[in-house]
Amino acid sequence: MVGIKVCLPQSLSQRMVHRRRRPGRVWGAPCVRYPQQSTGSGGKGDLVHAHTTRARFEQCIMPHLAAAYNLARWLTRHEQDAEDVVQEAYLRAYKFFGNFHGGDSRAWLLTIVRHTCYTWLRQNRAHELTAEFDETLHDVVRADVNPETLLLHDAQQQLLRQALEALPVAFREVVIMRDLEGLSYKDIASITDLPVGTVMSRLARARTRLQQYVTTHLHTEAKRGL
Amino acid sequence: MDCDEAQGLLHGYVDDELDVVSSRALTQHLQACPACTQAYENQRALRTALRTSALYCTPPPSLLKQVRATVRRASRADTRPMRWTWGGLSVAVAMAFVVLLVGSGGLIHRRSPIDEHVLQDVMAGHVRSLMVNHLTDVLSADQHTVKPWFEGHVDFAPPVPDLTAQGFPLIGGRLDYLDDRPVAALVYKRQQHVINLFVWPAPSGAARPESAVTRHGYNLVQWTSAGMTYWAISTLNAPEMEAFAHGVQQHTTPPSAPKSRGRDAG
Repeated sequence: MVGIKVCLPQSLSQRMVHRRRRPGRVWGAPCVRYPQQSTGSGGKGDLVHAHTTRARFEQCIMPHLAAAYNLARWLTRHEQDAEDVVQEAYLRAYKFFGNFHGGDSRAWLLTIVRHTCYTWLRQNRAHELTAEFDETLHDVVRADVNPETLLLHDAQQQLLRQALEALPVAFREVVIMRDLEGLSYKDIASITDLPVGTVMSRLARARTRLQQYVTTHLHTEAKRGL
Repeated sequence: MDCDEAQGLLHGYVDDELDVVSSRALTQHLQACPACTQAYENQRALRTALRTSALYCTPPPSLLKQVRATVRRASRADTRPMRWTWGGLSVAVAMAFVVLLVGSGGLIHRRSPIDEHVLQDVMAGHVRSLMVNHLTDVLSADQHTVKPWFEGHVDFAPPVPDLTAQGFPLIGGRLDYLDDRPVAALVYKRQQHVINLFVWPAPSGAARPESAVTRHGYNLVQWTSAGMTYWAISTLNAPEMEAFAHGVQQHTTPPSAPKSRGRDAG
């Protein structure tokens, strides 16, 4: 009976959170190994181990709370939802922490945050995941080769925010990760499980769209001013 | 380098992610091309605006406390494996039952080309549906209520066969998440046994005959027909599960297609 008590909840939880490992993905599908696993049955050893694990977690993962929240906030576009997603992601991160063997802890955490966000979106706003990038609009901008230099100042922050929120989530996330979070193409590719070339092309399309949005609105405002 | 090529590399250039050769070639192009230089300046302006504006969302101070508390709770749970919740207890009871079954020689295992990952997901989905009291999202014995409910919840239309005549009344439907995608879970009953029938579009679309497997006291049947993958799981015995699977297949297999029949290897 003891064997059942000790092993079962763990193996079941593993199945519940298990996601199939995809080729080329580094951190995306942690094959769960619980932090307490190596210490065997409960007792003083477990307690000490849990404390060390938590201390390591506090040191490596907790400092990235702002990055986690920023990504979750931009993907869910809602403060409270972002907080819920971050809580869930941290819980998962703690459970999977045995799998983290060093490396970029921020990228590791953001992979989990992104995965949690997508699961949340699928359950709550599945339509947002199927939103497509409007190619026709995009082509117009490419043809129209930047007639003037873009001048942006603080007053246009709101405009940029709207433009970002209007992007489909697959394009929004690369801009957030690159321009707000400052991650490299390689890190973004690892987090999103995409080839680097796709990351680059999505960034290009997303930014061109942002620029178009801002330019169009500035022009409209200028006309209204006249 | 022409302008099209330059535009394609511009973002990598702005981000300083280009290799030395491309970077040098683009620098030369920019020196000679005012239009591309303008595009480059615009991208730089946009990038600066994104970085310097207050678009970065900082978490409320309360979140750090909440996350710490969550981790602390999880950490405490780790050190107390003996502490039981009702959900955990029910699993222990179910597993004790499994031990009994195995002990009495009741374990039937038919080898089959079954995807182990999906099998684990299906079992977890079944157990979870009974553990957390979330068996159904739509509670109805009427297939014409359950089927339309899935519209807007999944991106496919799962068949919802009425098997009352075969002794498997429909209880309802639920949205679940297996194999990295949302799936439809149809819930049937036979006496006190709950049957979860998971349905989602088959990745390859090729029909696959049914495979049966027994794992941890659960009987599972899996097959693919008419472009859909089916997984049925329950504590019902193997012959009854087979009868259930055949019942579903009769309602879902197109008349022209050859009927999938069991593959017995055990």
